[in-house]
Amino acid sequence: MIESLFPNVDWEKMWEATVETLYMTAMSTLFTFVIGIVLGIILFLTAPKQLWANRIVNWLTGVFVNVFRSIPFIILIILLIPFTSFLIGTIRGPNAALPALIIGAAPFYARLVLIAFQEIDKGVIEAARSMGATTWTIIWKVLLPESKPALISGITVTSIALVGYTAMAGVIGAGGLGTLAFLDGFQRSRPDVVLMATILILIIVFIIQFIGDAVTRKADKR
Amino acid sequence: MIELKQLTKIFDTGKASLTAVDDVNLSIADGEIFGIIGYSGAGKSTLIRLLNGLEKPSSGSVDINGQVITAIKGAELRKARQKVSMIFQHFNLLWSRTVRENIEFPLEIAGVPKEKRTAKVKELVELVGLDGRENAYPSQLSGGQKQRVGIARALANDPEVLLCDEATSALDPETTDAILDLLVDINKRLGLTIVLITHEMHVIRKICHRVAVMEGGRVVELDDVLSIFQAPKEQITKRFVAQVTETEDSAATIKNLRELYPSGELVKLIFVGEQAEQPILTKLIRHYPVEVNIVQGDISHTQRGAYGTLVLQLKGSKQEISDALLFLEQEKVQTEVMAND
Repeated sequence: MIESLFPNVDWEKMWEATVETLYMTAMSTLFTFVIGIVLGIILFLTAPKQLWANRIVNWLTGVFVNVFRSIPFIILIILLIPFTSFLIGTIRGPNAALPALIIGAAPFYARLVLIAFQEIDKGVIEAARSMGATTWTIIWKVLLPESKPALISGITVTSIALVGYTAMAGVIGAGGLGTLAFLDGFQRSRPDVVLMATILILIIVFIIQFIGDAVTRKADKR
Repeated sequence: MIELKQLTKIFDTGKASLTAVDDVNLSIADGEIFGIIGYSGAGKSTLIRLLNGLEKPSSGSVDINGQVITAIKGAELRKARQKVSMIFQHFNLLWSRTVRENIEFPLEIAGVPKEKRTAKVKELVELVGLDGRENAYPSQLSGGQKQRVGIARALANDPEVLLCDEATSALDPETTDAILDLLVDINKRLGLTIVLITHEMHVIRKICHRVAVMEGGRVVELDDVLSIFQAPKEQITKRFVAQVTETEDSAATIKNLRELYPSGELVKLIFVGEQAEQPILTKLIRHYPVEVNIVQGDISHTQRGAYGTLVLQLKGSKQEISDALLFLEQEKVQTEVMAND
């Protein structure tokens, strides 16, 4: 039955592409999470009246985040080709997609992190200061735990965006379901391959959303 | 001993500058419950934050038990803050932590090992009356319970001074009283100095020994709570005193009373301290031929003794009434004949 609906689908290739997409999404989400949080902390703490208030650092970080958040992803990949080939040694394959994915997504996530931190009651930070907490303690024990639900729902949204980005990266040869759908499906006029790749991407997105929602709910004690 | 000398804080808000605290000199004794009252914008929030270095003064100094808070920074200031803890109007608990973990937080900051933390938390939970709620999250607690967690958290590192930033302003009257009782209890039991800021005279009356009245960044009046109630000097102090001594419809009261009691003389007596416990009224009735009718009365207890007002209707001849008033004067009761207009 499935064989007749998708006559042109090479299941082994489809599975391989799915694994590649999952790999790219997972790796880029991981790096985006770390870099985004670091950028978010810098943006938050260097803002006026904050613990590290520093106009220049705040401005520079803000510009970096805004610039890379604004460049359309497909153009960012092309702009980053020299950087990628320097860093990875090649511009093809899943690993070559990672720099562009991370640089594209981390600034976006940094904004979400900043918003999450801004939602924290200022009084709680003041309370920690009044107890003699260092800035590091405030970061580790106040900022991050108190914004956990927003950080998790933010990385969920970002991760889903990254699934879409991997498909776009696929067009220039990153591998994964995007490449498969484009090369084997679209260019060879096999709509069933495109359809199957789409279904698989949708399933990945739904699973990420489901896990993200569940973890956010569990983390939220408010 | 807390000493504030010529303490001034000026905020630069672009073009204009705002003097939040203006040349404040105060000296607060060990074990004292010291109140600072003022309307919002009077500078009391800034003043209390100067005491633990959350704000830096523009000039002047804060000295707490020999340590000049305004002169230290970094690790030294953080260490000092463990001995000058603070509770807040909106409690400022970490919602991501349970009651136990919230109380543990300052202990973690101070680097206390796990077993000691557990023992200390147990002790504090009992002290503030939260037994059995250790594993609840703040969202599962009432306002009063949250403030109890705040107090336990503030006491974790055995501070010498407790700063209360409008600690009961977000609570209903009954809970307010329970929290105030707890603060007095802690003050007596641990010998802790308490500095509190508030806009409610009720709080001052109920627990403070001395009070400073702030207006426009300055301390305009400072005295023993009982003396403030007995003889407020400044207009603003009179308004604060009126908050608790006059009944709700006080403006209309005199006129109403005159209508209700058209004959005789209406006299307001003010009792302070021991007088409030003397049978002055009995003596008055026994020894003077005036007719005495109690119109309105109110007695309140402060940490430094009782304070009360009593409105009497005195009926009799002019001579009889003036004799009675003379007697009251001799008994050192403050009397005030209410105008007959």
